[in-house]
Amino acid sequence: MQSITNTPTRYGWAMIILHWLIGILFIGQFALGFVMVRTTSQRTSFELIQLHKSVGFLLLGLIILRIAWRLRNAAPTLPGSVGTLERKTAPLAHFALYAFQIALPLSGWALVSVSTLEIPTMPFNLFVMPNLPLTESDASESFWTSVHWYLAYAGIALVALHIAAALRHHFLLRDTVLTRIITPSSAKE
Amino acid sequence: MKARIFGLAAFAACLAMPVYAVALSDAAGSYTISPSGSSIRFTIGKAGGGGFDGAFGRFKGTIRIDNGDVGRSKVDLTIYPESVGTGQGRIDAFLRSDAVFDATNNPEIQFRSTSVTRTGDTTALVIGRLTARGKTFSEKFTAELGGLKGGTIKFHVTGKVLRSRYGMDVGTPLYSNIVDFDMTLMGKRG
Repeated sequence: MQSITNTPTRYGWAMIILHWLIGILFIGQFALGFVMVRTTSQRTSFELIQLHKSVGFLLLGLIILRIAWRLRNAAPTLPGSVGTLERKTAPLAHFALYAFQIALPLSGWALVSVSTLEIPTMPFNLFVMPNLPLTESDASESFWTSVHWYLAYAGIALVALHIAAALRHHFLLRDTVLTRIITPSSAKE
Repeated sequence: MKARIFGLAAFAACLAMPVYAVALSDAAGSYTISPSGSSIRFTIGKAGGGGFDGAFGRFKGTIRIDNGDVGRSKVDLTIYPESVGTGQGRIDAFLRSDAVFDATNNPEIQFRSTSVTRTGDTTALVIGRLTARGKTFSEKFTAELGGLKGGTIKFHVTGKVLRSRYGMDVGTPLYSNIVDFDMTLMGKRG
């Protein structure tokens, strides 16, 4: 019987699903964002931007859920083989990853809220998402565009570091750091 | 005495004529739509309220009002989508692009009336063929006579067009499929 909650050494399946779902969507959003502003067809570009906004709001919802879950479920402790430096820096890196997951969708939301194009936001055409109470102007739009852009590149660099660290743990250090976010904890533990 | 008889005859003729705001015989004739004094505006509703307004700056056309039979009147209108304006340059560029009008390959939007039916003293229903982006469909517009003065005639024309039929469905449902037209067409005789 697999457990939904984390145990002292492993992640529960709730955290595992949220981790991979958010990870895949986050990388997908980066690729989508990159492509949507380079597409020559204005129609395709418009539609990709609307999809990017929809996925962004889905991510924001999933991340709030993930943080709430994380606050109620302590993360498993690192295996004993992990060194002191990494033991100290890993929580910082993970905190930064969470900060980017919140900051990126929020900065995108701010961007669409201040845009002088005034394009409404309807996540997956389901409902109208109101704008943040910010004043629209061309200057604010270019400011939030820059913020969103820099956060995206910094965020994806952090994700690359996170993936590299996971692969190092699995293939070089041969510890359980990667596998414990793949195989859920068991109720027997 | 002769003058009196003429006067009576004119009075009787007036009584016999239907009371229209503008006598058909006065309005009859051919008019060229004058861009100054005319406007072609449109509004598209937006999800969450509000709308999106625009106008076409360049267009040409003719209005022919048949003396004997209003039903044989004709309206021809050509709009140049390149001249679309919304007050937001990025949106104008989007509308001109192949996402909406594809103005480079389809430089004209045409309306050719097929029937004009009088619906009131000063109103008429104009049905015609609208061609945009190579697609033609029948559309209805309501025309209201706004005035006739010194060889100049003015109509207020309104109508709703479904943009999806013309391959311009981009942005639905964020933006309504219904385009609300509001035109003032001023024609000069000749």
